[in-house]
Amino acid sequence: MTKTKIIPVGPYHPLQEEPELFKLYCEGETVKDIKWETGYNHRGIEKLSESKSFDQVFFLVERICGICSTSHPFAFANAMEEIGDIEIPNRAKYIRSIVGELERLHSHYLWVGLAGHFLGYNTVWMWAWKYREPVLDLFEILTGNRNSYAMFKIGGVRRDINEEQIKIVRKTMSDLKKKNDLLTGAVMDDPVIHARTKGVGILTRQDVMSYAAVGPTARASGWEIDIRRDDPYAAYDMVDWNVITAEEGDVFAKAQVRLLENYESIKIIEQCLDGLEKEPEGDTEVKVKEVPEGIGTGRAEAPRGEVFHFVKTDGTNSPVRHKIRAPSYVNIATFKKACVGQTISDATISLAAVDPCYCCTERLAFAYDYGTRKKLFDGNQLVELSQKKTEEIKKNM
Amino acid sequence: MDKQTLLENITKQFPDDVTDTTVVKSNRVTADIKSESIVKITEYLFNILQLRFIIASAYHTKEGIEILYHFSDDESGNIINIHVVLPVEDPQIETLANMIPGANWIEREMHEILGITFKNHPEPEKLISEGNWAEGVYPYRKNFKS
Repeated sequence: MTKTKIIPVGPYHPLQEEPELFKLYCEGETVKDIKWETGYNHRGIEKLSESKSFDQVFFLVERICGICSTSHPFAFANAMEEIGDIEIPNRAKYIRSIVGELERLHSHYLWVGLAGHFLGYNTVWMWAWKYREPVLDLFEILTGNRNSYAMFKIGGVRRDINEEQIKIVRKTMSDLKKKNDLLTGAVMDDPVIHARTKGVGILTRQDVMSYAAVGPTARASGWEIDIRRDDPYAAYDMVDWNVITAEEGDVFAKAQVRLLENYESIKIIEQCLDGLEKEPEGDTEVKVKEVPEGIGTGRAEAPRGEVFHFVKTDGTNSPVRHKIRAPSYVNIATFKKACVGQTISDATISLAAVDPCYCCTERLAFAYDYGTRKKLFDGNQLVELSQKKTEEIKKNM
Repeated sequence: MDKQTLLENITKQFPDDVTDTTVVKSNRVTADIKSESIVKITEYLFNILQLRFIIASAYHTKEGIEILYHFSDDESGNIINIHVVLPVEDPQIETLANMIPGANWIEREMHEILGITFKNHPEPEKLISEGNWAEGVYPYRKNFKS
């Protein structure tokens, strides 16, 4: 009888931003089941939010996720403006969309780079992260910070984008298009990447619907949902762009959706810049004195999918209840479908395919024999195993 | 489907289960239902109308423990909130996780933070508080003292 071995990925692992433990139950090389443990880093942000004023909540929710730090303020602003029935100026709408799309660009580049690294394709990693740098530089120019931009407030944005900055963003976007061509070609036309990602970690349309998955994870399985189009906010209904989908539901389809979404983001940013030039400078907010009692359900399309904020207010300046659902909360649960039946060397990329955020703190990850408790692999060896498989495919081609 | 039709359909289908309906904003509606009807109404929304389950939000008020199940109609951009109120002394409701695997985590989370029991849950284990929190202490109840 084949012995079942458990391979724990986590609690601290470069695949994940927050600490979580995934236990892969394996027979031989095949993953037979997966279980997880969360709560290692429960920060109580929803509870904390109840003790903050609405203005402070923006800075709090911005720190939920380091990579998509504008998505949470975006959804929170939408919820609050729904409660207060507040219409923000067009200039603020354009600025919000520009910040949101720049964030999508840098987040997608980050994912493509890391996916390349896990597959043992470090050229893609180096390229993607090199092309991500100008986007982060833009953030520094526009907001004063490469991350956590503090741009949003109820009724508008905190900073305007001036003519000089518009020129810089235009130039960067035009350069980025060429670089994006290069990167997309490197990934989409490479036979080794095809061999490693096609047919791997497949999620069917039914799977993503039942797990309520969102974002590129859902769109890569042929489920055409995108909050920017379905429930438009900011300037997304004032510009022309397309929702990108793929049918296959495998890791390759998820990469394809993200790479092609980069083009759409550039398109949206360029049109928003056109829009900015037509709006009067400085018209970036409406003054909001108080927010009435009520409930608001705000959402925004983050790079990983729909961010959802539910806010209940009572007429004071703090939320009575603030429920937050990040996209990874529903996307991670699809691992149960994506990983089972895969080999261990494909499990790494299948887990990474939904882009479950990354952590810079790798402390503990090793595989051990369930019976003898003998150590088999550590985290780096798992990545090496994946890279070795790519090398073998390359040799045989 | 526009919001008015959505509400009319639900009221027509379940006249004895829906107690009230409200149009909150231009594309947000709420239907108050009896808590024992949650499974059949969700079955209609999720399987027949094919609405997407977003998440559920639970909170403690003077009426009791309230849950809002948020569903998204992505074709029209509407959100429909299904609202139930449970008695604070013994908050119990049937699970949706057998029908919607995506509801598995949030129900376990609501159990841990507010003490709601989800009957027939397929995996009634702790999600976020394993080994960290005291039993029977629910930090999101209003009488909780840290």
